[in-house]
Amino acid sequence: MGITGAQALVRTLEEEQVEIIFGIPGGAVLPIYDALNETNIRHVLVRFEQAAVHAASGYARTTGKPGVCLATSGPGATNLVTGIAGAYMDSIPLVVLTGQVPTSMIGTDAFQEVDITGITFPITKHNYLVKDPNDLPRVVKEAFHIARTGRPGPVLIDIPKDVAAGICSRGAPERVELRGYKPTYKGHPNQIRNAARLMQEAERPVIFVGGGVISSGATEELRKLAETLSIPVATTLMGIGSFPENHPLSLGMLGLHGTAYANYAVTEADLLIALGVRFDDRVTGLVEKFAPRAKIIHLDIDPAEIGKNVEVNVPIVGDVKLVLQSILALVEEKKNEEWLAKINEWRERYPLEYGNKKETLRPQYVIEELGRLTDHQAIVTADVGQHQMWAAQFYKFARPGSFLTSGGLGAMGYGFPAAIGAQLGNPEALVIAVTGDGSFQMNMAEMATAMENNLPIKILLFNNSGLGMVRQLQHFYCERRYTAVEFTGNPDFVRLAECYGAAAYRIQSPEEVVPVLKEALNNDRLTLVECVIDRDEWVYPMVPSAKGLDEMIQYRDVEGKQNE
Amino acid sequence: MKHTLAVLVENRPGVLARIAGLFSRRGYNIESLAVGQTENPDIARMTIVVDGDDRVIEQVSKQLHKLIDVIKLSDITEEEYVDRELLLVKVNADPSVRGEIMQIVDIFRARIVDIGRNTLIIEATGDEGKINAIEASLRPFGIKELVRTGKIAMVRGPKQ
Repeated sequence: MGITGAQALVRTLEEEQVEIIFGIPGGAVLPIYDALNETNIRHVLVRFEQAAVHAASGYARTTGKPGVCLATSGPGATNLVTGIAGAYMDSIPLVVLTGQVPTSMIGTDAFQEVDITGITFPITKHNYLVKDPNDLPRVVKEAFHIARTGRPGPVLIDIPKDVAAGICSRGAPERVELRGYKPTYKGHPNQIRNAARLMQEAERPVIFVGGGVISSGATEELRKLAETLSIPVATTLMGIGSFPENHPLSLGMLGLHGTAYANYAVTEADLLIALGVRFDDRVTGLVEKFAPRAKIIHLDIDPAEIGKNVEVNVPIVGDVKLVLQSILALVEEKKNEEWLAKINEWRERYPLEYGNKKETLRPQYVIEELGRLTDHQAIVTADVGQHQMWAAQFYKFARPGSFLTSGGLGAMGYGFPAAIGAQLGNPEALVIAVTGDGSFQMNMAEMATAMENNLPIKILLFNNSGLGMVRQLQHFYCERRYTAVEFTGNPDFVRLAECYGAAAYRIQSPEEVVPVLKEALNNDRLTLVECVIDRDEWVYPMVPSAKGLDEMIQYRDVEGKQNE
Repeated sequence: MKHTLAVLVENRPGVLARIAGLFSRRGYNIESLAVGQTENPDIARMTIVVDGDDRVIEQVSKQLHKLIDVIKLSDITEEEYVDRELLLVKVNADPSVRGEIMQIVDIFRARIVDIGRNTLIIEATGDEGKINAIEASLRPFGIKELVRTGKIAMVRGPKQ
């Protein structure tokens, strides 16, 4: 006698110490939902499957454990696709469970049937269609192993209804045996020596950090390396939080909307130490002009990233934390006074700036105050758009896993559901979702989920009545011909939030910022703060398309001219 | 330059789609792909011929290697290997030209495997050059139908 496939699934999830599943039920997953009655695993019912996968991602990024979500076949499964793609591009460990029509009906275009394994081949680290209930425990165990080891990523398991309902008489194997999957953790000793030597000798080195440093838990090693060799540190959007931004060696973010001093430093560097990054085009600008004077050390756990976008002098495949430990054993303290002085000169001459702070409500100012009032310790999620860049530039993040955003895919609608996952994974933490009126409207129905689960998330909504980032692109690239970027049908967000039972505030002038934020932050309920901002607010600096990083447009070049 | 990749994969449904999909979505062109079971029924071997510069081939290989179902991958282009392709060709063959065709078949050590009223089916195996040559020799008679398997290859000498 065995148990059902669904029961075996739930048991294996328990063995994997799953605490929360985000999902929405449906016909094909009836047996799985039925089996959830017999477990302490919490099921969080979201309002849209896309939010389930984003929430699982927020949970994973703030707890370090794989996030789990569950949806039914067909539309349930396809609604997950955006979130799966986002997790794949950002290397977030997820186990995604989907229902499938019974095996006898697969391939008949049955009601609510889609080939979700086929659809998700390119956006999962691996996926499974389980055809025998006896395989379920092994597959689930493998999925968790694959999701969280090596370069993390989403793994999907498609479970036909009859497989979930069928009898399973086998347990999970003791160990996972996958002959085609052996991630490399230790770097090659010769390359490590080469890297250490170059780092020791460099006169104008820059460390450039991505999300890989956070997922390998290498922030301590990173700080030690930077301090021992006096090397300034720039981060990608995904790397934010890996190095404290109030540290004297921090350059903040580099790239398209990075700080001027980070971009100048990279352009002038003679050595670029790239850790857990993939040289995204939003970071490099025109590749030919990226770090043109630098030798490049590239350390990543995924061999396919090395040499993909830029040529590398010292490639090291391995886990950032382990490799940095080996490098630290080889290097000696060093000062780069001339280079740091040069960088400080840039830092003082070209700071992040946005002009007057007092006359009108400026989003940059709101974020700065938010950082100050929360001591830079909150978990901040950002959606995608201008507000995302302001959050990345002005909050001054201090710890890893405290800035969550859809980095690679740039999926609007990510931020608020990710905040739900982050808050559920960190009940004591202060979680703030920074969003825009465009992004928020993609998943704002999740206010119901947040209310249902008593989540005291703070939503900081920048309302410029439109799609600000696209408007900015049209301003710069389409000669101010604004097309389809203005929203005239926006709801009253304060009243909307109140309809859901949330607390809500509206800020329209700079004097209101501090008092309202203080009140909102002390609130123990779901709280929305709407900031009404000017639609002609742009994100600076900005590297124009097909330009080098040092050819960025800065605030001072455009808006700041009249002040000089 | 053409590269020949020998890829050992788990012998499971869907693996071919994963591999082929990886090529197509990155814009790489597969020249030929032959797949079949190995001495171990759990493992299949693919011989993939792909055209591209070193960077493309490196990226293809690394991306293929990332697939969980790929067990081992070797670029055997630079190695000494034996390769074969199988050709079946149905050629116009009036009784008046049959003798001539049979001579060609002999020269290439191919075989006639079917005789119709006005056609012959010829089977040939060999490396790409030989297969191209026999195809070219038969073309003047009028080829009605032709099918090639794509290349399979094996490195000479002892197994590493």
